[in-house]
Amino acid sequence: MKIAVTVKQVPDPNGTPGLDSDNTLMRDREVVLDPGDEYGIEEALQLKDKAGGEVLLVSMGPDKARDAIRKGLSMGADRGVLISDPQLAGADALLTAKALAAAIRAEAVDLVVCATESYDGSTGMVPPMLAELLGVPQLTFAKQVEVTGQRLTVHRQTEAGYQVLEAELPALITVTAGIAEPRYASLKGIMAARSKEVKVMSLAELAVEPGRPAESVESIEDAAARAAGEIVEDDGTSGVERIMAALTAAKVI
Amino acid sequence: MAGILVYAEVAEAGPAAIALELLSKARELGQVDAVALGPGAREAAVRLGAYGARRVFLNDDRAFAEYLAEPATDCLAALIQRESPDLILFGFTSDSREVAGRLGARLDVGVISNALDISSAGGGYTAQVPYFGGARVASYRANNHPAIVLVRPKSFEASESGGQAEMVEIEAAIAEGSRRSRISERHDEVSDQVKLEDARIVVAGGRGLGGPENFALVEGLASALGGAAGATRAIVDAGWVPYSFQIGQTGKTVRPGVYIAAGISGAMQHTVGMKGAKVIVAINKDAQAPILKLADLGVVGDVTKILPRLTEAVKAKRGA
Repeated sequence: MKIAVTVKQVPDPNGTPGLDSDNTLMRDREVVLDPGDEYGIEEALQLKDKAGGEVLLVSMGPDKARDAIRKGLSMGADRGVLISDPQLAGADALLTAKALAAAIRAEAVDLVVCATESYDGSTGMVPPMLAELLGVPQLTFAKQVEVTGQRLTVHRQTEAGYQVLEAELPALITVTAGIAEPRYASLKGIMAARSKEVKVMSLAELAVEPGRPAESVESIEDAAARAAGEIVEDDGTSGVERIMAALTAAKVI
Repeated sequence: MAGILVYAEVAEAGPAAIALELLSKARELGQVDAVALGPGAREAAVRLGAYGARRVFLNDDRAFAEYLAEPATDCLAALIQRESPDLILFGFTSDSREVAGRLGARLDVGVISNALDISSAGGGYTAQVPYFGGARVASYRANNHPAIVLVRPKSFEASESGGQAEMVEIEAAIAEGSRRSRISERHDEVSDQVKLEDARIVVAGGRGLGGPENFALVEGLASALGGAAGATRAIVDAGWVPYSFQIGQTGKTVRPGVYIAAGISGAMQHTVGMKGAKVIVAINKDAQAPILKLADLGVVGDVTKILPRLTEAVKAKRGA
């Protein structure tokens, strides 16, 4: 089974990233593989362990995004493709999906694995757009995945519980954080990753035309801050007393 | 005249709350129609009218509920070609986002996702979107026709207009190849507790609780207050509680009267889902925790000691 996992380099969720003057995220510092993508890589590796095949990582980003791919390769993925093009700076979800779709189409994969959404953009739009562009069904928010021959079964997490989804391969899945515990890269894996192939492709090579982005930024402002509240140090009784007073004032007790 | 089309999620139990929220806002922006697909569409149409839909396009084919995203995308694409709306509104929910993304790619128009608000100006639409993890808010002007915008639940208050919708039966227009991602089973975690997204009081727990066994303290206080228990993504990912408890960017949005954050540091991922609460109380041992900057009352202390005492105090007061 040939599996493509989409991966993204994002500002370190535990770091303190900044914004450039043009309001794009500073990607030159404290960037990591999106933690949400590690679950997809892990799931893909487990499927490969069972059924054999190949795990391909596909990313879009500046040259530095190789590091994110390299991390996935050191976990055990086989190859990487990095779509890198100055015209992609500030790309919206549709252009991102078009570029990823072009790279994935060239590989004729059985399964595409994505995170439900990226840590930084959080639009959640790339996976359904990618499924549409590739002409495959989407089975999303997977917390459990099973492949038997060409048959794919997914437990889809919903707001109220879960659903069982079924489809034939090829297909696209998005995976939740709960699906599998991402493995750590071993020293051997890190060494092996150095010699694994990462192919860099431009938009022209993929024959993708940047279209009109979904939106133009009119302004970016600080989110409305809540008025500063009161902070008390609990001394064993003061905490509970103050909270009881607040609940009483709010008329909920 | 072209106008606004609201994609109304419906179930046999009725229209989703988000559909009524979107209609209530959309009628401020222009003439609004709704589209309702799947079992329950016909029954939902009356309520959609009462919240401002002028016309409700409907089809109650079972395929819309049986297969994920693709049948609805086919039907919407056909409807949009005929009606040519300027703006299509979706809720940022797990079902609607699947359809909106496919539709955007099908129509070759970009999508503005995760919006908190929308307004019209100069013949176009502008959406407010949390940016940079929610620390900032970006105003995005939609460039495409139609504009497709997904709005987070609970961004708008649902209010009745008292209107009555004209019901318009439409073709299902489902392509043969679109019956692919089949929903073969549905399992809902039935709970007799107050629903988290509707609760007037929410008590939520995070990593600061120390371990999964201490989540019972959160549930104990929630139950004493007649509220609901919630959780951060961190402890859902860690397997302490199911996803249905999750509040935040990737979980539920809540706007309760009182929100009590127990052992929650206040990552943007979480606060985007709760900062609309009227009163926020936070308990955290770290005086520097970001949640304390949001809180109306911040208590610096040991959450595992404070919660049981607070629960006792609430019970004593309510029993009195």
